[in-house]
Amino acid sequence: MVSTYTNPEYPYRKSPDQSAASPVHHPVIIIGGGPAGLAAAMDLALHGVASVVLDDNNTVSVGSRAICIAKRTLEICDRYGCAEPMINKGVTWNLGRVYFHEDQIYEFNLLPESHHKVPAFINLQQYYFEEYMVERCMEMPLIDLRWLHKVAAVDSSTEQATVVVDTEDGPYTMTCDYLLVADGANSPIRDSLGLESKGQVFEDRFLIADIVMKADFPAERRFWFDAPFHPGQSTLLHKQADNVWRIDFQLGWDADPEEEKKIEKIRPRIEAMLGKETEWDLEWASVYTFRCRKMDSFIHQRVLFMGDAAHQVSPFGARGANGALQGVENLCWKLAAVLKGHAAPSLLTTYDTERQHGASENILHSTRATDFMTPKNRTTRILRDTVLDLAREFPFARSLVNSGRLSTPCTYEDSQLNTADSDVFSTAMRPGSACIDAPVTTAEGPAWLLNKLGDRFVLLVYGDGDTEQQQALATAVRELHTSGIRADVLRVTRNTSPAAEPGEIGDPDGILAQRYDMQPGTVYLIRPDQHVAARWRKMDAELVIKAVHKALGASMTQEQPA
Amino acid sequence: MSRLITDNNFTDPDAFYAALANLYRDRSETENEVVNARLILLLANQVGDQRILQEALSIAGQATTQDTQHHVS
Repeated sequence: MVSTYTNPEYPYRKSPDQSAASPVHHPVIIIGGGPAGLAAAMDLALHGVASVVLDDNNTVSVGSRAICIAKRTLEICDRYGCAEPMINKGVTWNLGRVYFHEDQIYEFNLLPESHHKVPAFINLQQYYFEEYMVERCMEMPLIDLRWLHKVAAVDSSTEQATVVVDTEDGPYTMTCDYLLVADGANSPIRDSLGLESKGQVFEDRFLIADIVMKADFPAERRFWFDAPFHPGQSTLLHKQADNVWRIDFQLGWDADPEEEKKIEKIRPRIEAMLGKETEWDLEWASVYTFRCRKMDSFIHQRVLFMGDAAHQVSPFGARGANGALQGVENLCWKLAAVLKGHAAPSLLTTYDTERQHGASENILHSTRATDFMTPKNRTTRILRDTVLDLAREFPFARSLVNSGRLSTPCTYEDSQLNTADSDVFSTAMRPGSACIDAPVTTAEGPAWLLNKLGDRFVLLVYGDGDTEQQQALATAVRELHTSGIRADVLRVTRNTSPAAEPGEIGDPDGILAQRYDMQPGTVYLIRPDQHVAARWRKMDAELVIKAVHKALGASMTQEQPA
Repeated sequence: MSRLITDNNFTDPDAFYAALANLYRDRSETENEVVNARLILLLANQVGDQRILQEALSIAGQATTQDTQHHVS
């Protein structure tokens, strides 16, 4: 069906678990080999936690589906070790054009901010995204990928979860400490446990047509409101890899999905848009409606829901798969800490609180974009069209035009895992923020800050420090180590000489210092998911130890004495 | 002498648009015309400066005929 891509076929393999006399127990079983499930397996593996991934199919996404991969997702994938092929294969565009009726009303250039390892986003078909993840999973011995293993039933108690799996060799049963469910928006597992994802259904339909253009066409994003070739509705044109273009036609609620999918129906729409002389082939078409909804709680006893199964958004704003990966990175370090006994199981409830906040933010942004595209009544349509009209001339009106905002990572603003600032910092970053990248130097040569963070707690310290500070750091690290918690010191020097020692990074251009508002003596405590937990102007071992325990949920299990 | 600001001056443009659209959502067209009049008066008083108001009035009065027809039809 798709001429530019052949879906890989992953073979069914019989697992020794299927011949075991009694159900085999695993620490973690993951249901669903899509972006969320595969990411969870890799994240856990980096924490030394083994997992079994069950997928009822034997390949990656059929059809391209999600295409816009945001910066934070690429940074997470870089931590997993699979971002490079994505970036190499993906398409970057900088120029966006917005049209209203016949005319272009304005254009914008998303020139990426310099001094970041990964681009602001790439466009890449979901099948490539998943394929590169699968390839990375296969290199990780702690991941047991089982294709064509279809989950027939799950059960959960407060102690463990049980999974019954159907295969061509018959059914088998396993148990696990934690069951991660990422079986998609219509999650059969969620339904089977009597749980619900609640929210808004949008009364609108969209046609996705992925086409291959034969002639060169500039790599730009074009968005039309009320185009002459598609009156009253919006149209989007976006480039993907392999010269595949995504066209998204808003159809309205009354459109017949079966009719609209037919090539006889699609051809005139595309001809009206691109002109009859433009040659193209249809790769894939789909008509969809969408919902913005989420579960009231992503946790049900020993079952944890991730990705679209837990929260679903409209596609505008690219917050589906991107939101899913932020959720996964939030969950997995906590799960690893609980399984290793470094944190109480109550830490996992912060996966729910922090990511409910993230999911609400994603739903809010995608709902706003959708509402801008589909005015709900005549007054709102006049408002919308007036914004577009004024946008030709006035920059203020352009700031109101919303054809989908770039997905940015969620800040866990009020998380109980944060230690609030007691010192003054002047930077957009704050406790709860995802760390921002910066170029650094190491003994081995140029490197990136984010590649030095993650998978464990890091104390990012600025300046050479005095003996007192070094002793305080050593005390904190030693004491945490005694409780089995890994925390590494990463010292940032303003030194430009490349002969940095291990555990030391150079910031010759001062970009890191500027982005983190670093002064000599400043200390950042960074969580294993590269979010800021706490920061101080001066190192204090006691405060650091307390903040690490807080980030591991200590304040949730015991009331702190006043 | 201050002038009408036409660069972005919203602290949160998406939130403003959503709140306004939400205000319109369940009201009739006549009710919304009243809502609009009230909003204009409140904001005009906030601006205060007659010179700036005159500038805004002048731009608002240039509504293109094409769009007017579009809305009225």
